[in-house]
Amino acid sequence: MSAIVVENISKSFGKTKALDNISFNVKRGELFGLIGPDGAGKTTLFRLLTTLYTPDSGRASVDGFDIVNQYRSIRERVGYMPGQFSLYQDLTVEENLNFFAALFDSNLKNSYDLIAPIYRQIEPFKNRKAGKLSGGMKQKLALSCALIHHPSILFLDEPTTGVDAVSRNEFWDMLSDLKNRGITILVSTPYMDEASRCNRIALCNEGRIMRIDTPDNIVATFDSALYAIKADNMYQLLLSARNQPGITNCYPFGETHHLVVDNNFDIDSFKTAHADIKGFDIMPMRPTIEDMFIKLMRQ
Amino acid sequence: MKQKFSSFIKKESLHILRDVRTMMIVLLIPVVLMILFGFAISTEVNNLNVAIVASNHSESVRQVADKLSANPYFSFLGYIDNSDIDIKLRKGEVDAIIVFDKDYDRLLSQRSQGVDTPPAIQFIFDASNTNIAQTGAAYLQNVISSDLTHQEMLNLHLLYNPQMKSAYNFVPGIMGLIFILICAMMTSVSIVREKEVGTLEVLLVSPVRPIKIILAKMVPYFLISCINLATILLIARYLLDVPMSGGMGGIITISIIYLILSLMLGLLISTIASSQVIALLVSAMVMMLPMMMLSGMVFPIENLPTVLKPLPYIVPARWYIEAIRKLMIMGLPFSAVLKEVGILIFMTFAFMGIALKNFKNRLE
Repeated sequence: MSAIVVENISKSFGKTKALDNISFNVKRGELFGLIGPDGAGKTTLFRLLTTLYTPDSGRASVDGFDIVNQYRSIRERVGYMPGQFSLYQDLTVEENLNFFAALFDSNLKNSYDLIAPIYRQIEPFKNRKAGKLSGGMKQKLALSCALIHHPSILFLDEPTTGVDAVSRNEFWDMLSDLKNRGITILVSTPYMDEASRCNRIALCNEGRIMRIDTPDNIVATFDSALYAIKADNMYQLLLSARNQPGITNCYPFGETHHLVVDNNFDIDSFKTAHADIKGFDIMPMRPTIEDMFIKLMRQ
Repeated sequence: MKQKFSSFIKKESLHILRDVRTMMIVLLIPVVLMILFGFAISTEVNNLNVAIVASNHSESVRQVADKLSANPYFSFLGYIDNSDIDIKLRKGEVDAIIVFDKDYDRLLSQRSQGVDTPPAIQFIFDASNTNIAQTGAAYLQNVISSDLTHQEMLNLHLLYNPQMKSAYNFVPGIMGLIFILICAMMTSVSIVREKEVGTLEVLLVSPVRPIKIILAKMVPYFLISCINLATILLIARYLLDVPMSGGMGGIITISIIYLILSLMLGLLISTIASSQVIALLVSAMVMMLPMMMLSGMVFPIENLPTVLKPLPYIVPARWYIEAIRKLMIMGLPFSAVLKEVGILIFMTFAFMGIALKNFKNRLE
């Protein structure tokens, strides 16, 4: 049985279509990632699955319970961490945990085992007010609170946004650990580089899912040749590269530009054309999920 | 379950205790208002500056002057010349001037013999403040006429508040206002804060019915309001000497009903308002102002234009203030305010019903 089943869900706010006929399944014990930029509809989807919204059309179930009719049962068994930091900033770390434990008829002792690997890192600051924690520590506290009642499914809406790179990495390690304990996790992120930490991902944009697969398979379906180019004057390079024959797309990517080409592309004539540009260099690249995302967006 | 509810109350109390500034304001507002209205802002006329114009300082004129000097409501500034009247008034040095006719003694004696005489005394008032002028003129007339023998005696008998102390008028009004302010405004803002900060989102995705958390929110505010009630009653009784002759029990009972009503009103506002600012505005502008205007606290309800006459009937503060007046000032027994109690209880349940119906278990 799937942990989460979404069938043809649509949701609009006024004239804006936040979700447009979305369907997907999340298997039990899976770490499933929703990858997409702001405005892709990720938060709306989370709020639907956590029973905070009702869909305009379509149906969905979480842990076998319908999100509209059986929402009480869902609320008992899921952990939810909204995108916005949603703990009480004027309460201490410990007071927050105790409150959320009481909310779920649990207590810190009962849940200590599960949350220990995470909570231990913030335990030295347990008497500090939540509002005075760093971004990474806030996320750890929020995750601890979401876990305090042993949920079977965890919904994490952009948990790593606004967190430094080291803490982000740590956070994903924690998620892998939780997954190994059998908890199904649905997580969203705008960072493409985090996608590889998921079992499967859904690439979303403008209320639609463009593709669902494992990160490796998604990269493997990138069927064009890809190069990285650079020069001293990157902007000039971008303009001139786009005018060359055989170029499907050229876009800035980190410190280089990525060049997607078709069969008409000839690397030698491309090199000749840019020979007089200072610091010019071109090398073949392995595509990443972000390249795939950009490709899908253009279709 | 009980333990759960108490941990919610504990969390709410922590919120309030951590916000020391707000808590101090909430606890001090009643004290400040009571003292302001009780002493500083008063519609009584005190220390009215009076001068006398008299061509001969006869015995009867001096008697009036002595009366004025001895009276705490007036300060007798002395005799001035006829030509100074205008200047003294313009400079604001005097508020009122009593002018005695130069034939005052003769007219007085003629009058005592039953002869119809023209007026022998003139009051000149600075009426730029009509309140002072009117009240002062009435006082002054009282003082003078009590001195004039064989004059037609007007028998004015003021019941319940014979000294016309303004504190008697304002204490019930302030009580009506304060509890709306603290209960309705504070609870609605604190509930809406959870919406705004996003914590409500997490609370909703939990097995607890959110209404329970919100009811837990009301407990600390109820307790704070009880402290305020005690402060107000103590100040009223011992500092402002309000009689409370109707019995403390009745006053406290009806006040607690009114407290709960205000809490429900706060809950109702929170179901409508989407942000703290709106909650604040709704409580302040939509609730408090009409309550001041339409409850009879500031303006007599009887003076309202006919179109607005039905409005006070739906203002809870009006019933509360009326009941408190009966109990506190008129000294009526509790049985005299049963109608008001009934109306307040009905309103409490009505507000609660609408609020619970409006309360959403989802975000939309």
